[in-house]
Amino acid sequence: MIEVNELSYLAGKKELLRRLSFEARSGELLAILGANGAGKSTLMKLLCRELVPAHGHIIFRGKNLQQYKLPELAKQRAVLSQQNTISVSFIVNELVMMGRYPHFEQLPALRDIEVVKLVMEDTGITHLSGRDYNTLSGGEQQRVQLARVLAQIYDCPDACLFLDEPTNGLDLLYQQQMMELARRMADKGYCVICILHDINFASRFADKILMLKEGRKVAIGSPLEVISHKNIFETFSINVKLMACEGYSCPLVIPAMIQNKP
Amino acid sequence: MTRKNAYILTSLLVLLVGTMILSSCIGAVKISINELLAILGNQAGLSYPVTFRPQQAAILLNIRLPRVFLGVLIGAGLGISGAAVQGLFRNPLAEPGLIGISSGATLFAVLMIVLEVGLFRSLSGAMGFYALSFAAFAGACITTTVVYRLSVRNGRTVTTTLLLSGIAINALAGAFTGLLTYMATDEQLRTITFWSLGSLGGASWATVTGLLPFIVIPVAGLPLMAKSLNALALGDAEALHMGIDVRHLKRVIIVLATVAVGASVAVAGTIGFIGLIVPHILRMTFTADNRLVIPGSAILGATLLTLADLLARTIVVPAELPIGILTALIGTPVFLYIIITERNKNKI
Repeated sequence: MIEVNELSYLAGKKELLRRLSFEARSGELLAILGANGAGKSTLMKLLCRELVPAHGHIIFRGKNLQQYKLPELAKQRAVLSQQNTISVSFIVNELVMMGRYPHFEQLPALRDIEVVKLVMEDTGITHLSGRDYNTLSGGEQQRVQLARVLAQIYDCPDACLFLDEPTNGLDLLYQQQMMELARRMADKGYCVICILHDINFASRFADKILMLKEGRKVAIGSPLEVISHKNIFETFSINVKLMACEGYSCPLVIPAMIQNKP
Repeated sequence: MTRKNAYILTSLLVLLVGTMILSSCIGAVKISINELLAILGNQAGLSYPVTFRPQQAAILLNIRLPRVFLGVLIGAGLGISGAAVQGLFRNPLAEPGLIGISSGATLFAVLMIVLEVGLFRSLSGAMGFYALSFAAFAGACITTTVVYRLSVRNGRTVTTTLLLSGIAINALAGAFTGLLTYMATDEQLRTITFWSLGSLGGASWATVTGLLPFIVIPVAGLPLMAKSLNALALGDAEALHMGIDVRHLKRVIIVLATVAVGASVAVAGTIGFIGLIVPHILRMTFTADNRLVIPGSAILGATLLTLADLLARTIVVPAELPIGILTALIGTPVFLYIIITERNKNKI
């Protein structure tokens, strides 16, 4: 699905990513963890083709990412960004329809209207359909954006979905729902790549976790392989306790008290 | 949704045609609708059972109609460029003047008027009346190119930089214009003032046909960008993720807006407000969907400017008010009214 080979990126002279290699397959949810400034967002931008790598390359669905035409790429991958404010206001229905823009020229086809209806049901925003986007709460706005992003790749069941800190600013229930939806998408065959801050969310929902530190790969593997004292200390520079919990295959991570350190 | 847009656009078109007829009929010499049809029918070779005086025909065909069409073209050009530039900057306060189009045109026009440089003399020799228009258009293109070049970094247009360099270049052009105004003689001052307030007084079929391509191309091209501009409203990155070549989009919009506004300013001087308020009126009364706002701004802009020109030439007969004054006089209260109703609506 996505193969990253020896990927590096430079901002000025600073190396933001250093010889990073990994792969993500269809039907897999890959979580990216790392401290602030570890290069998570840069990696995401490179994977979405917002940035061009300095060295190395990204193979997306068997072809070099840079060789895709933008409209062609838009039908195979969609991105949910963190920033969701818009200056002019749109009706929710129209905003979700924007996800279908790569699929029609001037007027939406019946299929486009149908997909918009379906994704709005999936994300539970049907009742907001006629509302003005700017009058919605942060959580509602996030779900509208998610619906738009899903509409974009709805017809391509092995497309790639990028989520940049999708649980940011959401309450506990919405966080849970967001991650469950991401999980469902992966189970349907999509390749979901997701930047997360919450290690427990990552270990619970992801198939694979990639840990980054200063642009380098610390570890990659299944949650059970990767979640360890050593890796977490190396990635976040904090000590944690790992606690087994009933119903969770992977131990829960709890930050250790800093004051109690000798 | 889209059917609703089609209804709105059709009603706006009807309104425009009505305004054009009204504006053709009213003036120092009155022409009734029947007489108007008779004169036009006569031109087309049809006989019509209404008589009219030859003087009426001469005035309609040689003075009034070209003026009405010039108003329609310029209004459409200013309106649609305003809508497109606001979409480009994702800012409802933006207007084409912001990227240096008007200030550049003014500077070059004033330069020509005041310095009467050798080049201008030879230009005048070759092009006569059009020399000033040509200079203004060239000025618009030069300043906009400078502003655009300043804002491109690593092949990407940075919107904030575009705005800031626009402000800087506008200030610079304004300063030079001020300097030239200071140096100007009384007679030159009059020309400058009249030019900078705008007027459709120079209308003739030659100006109309000369301006036509500069307006038709943007008016036909910009509505095709409406979908992309909607996507751009979500952000540069989001538009890119939706498969839109943002760099190309920005360049095309800037070029088309410069062509329309530059040519309009060149022919009629600077006419403010149309580009700013027309898109607003549509956005606040109907929707922010650019598929309506962009073509709608062309039609409504044409209507408003035709109406303003009708007032400009009838309100102080036999003299004539500069149209720029009128667009601001009518535009401001309408604009304020919309802002206030919108504010009250949001409060509830």
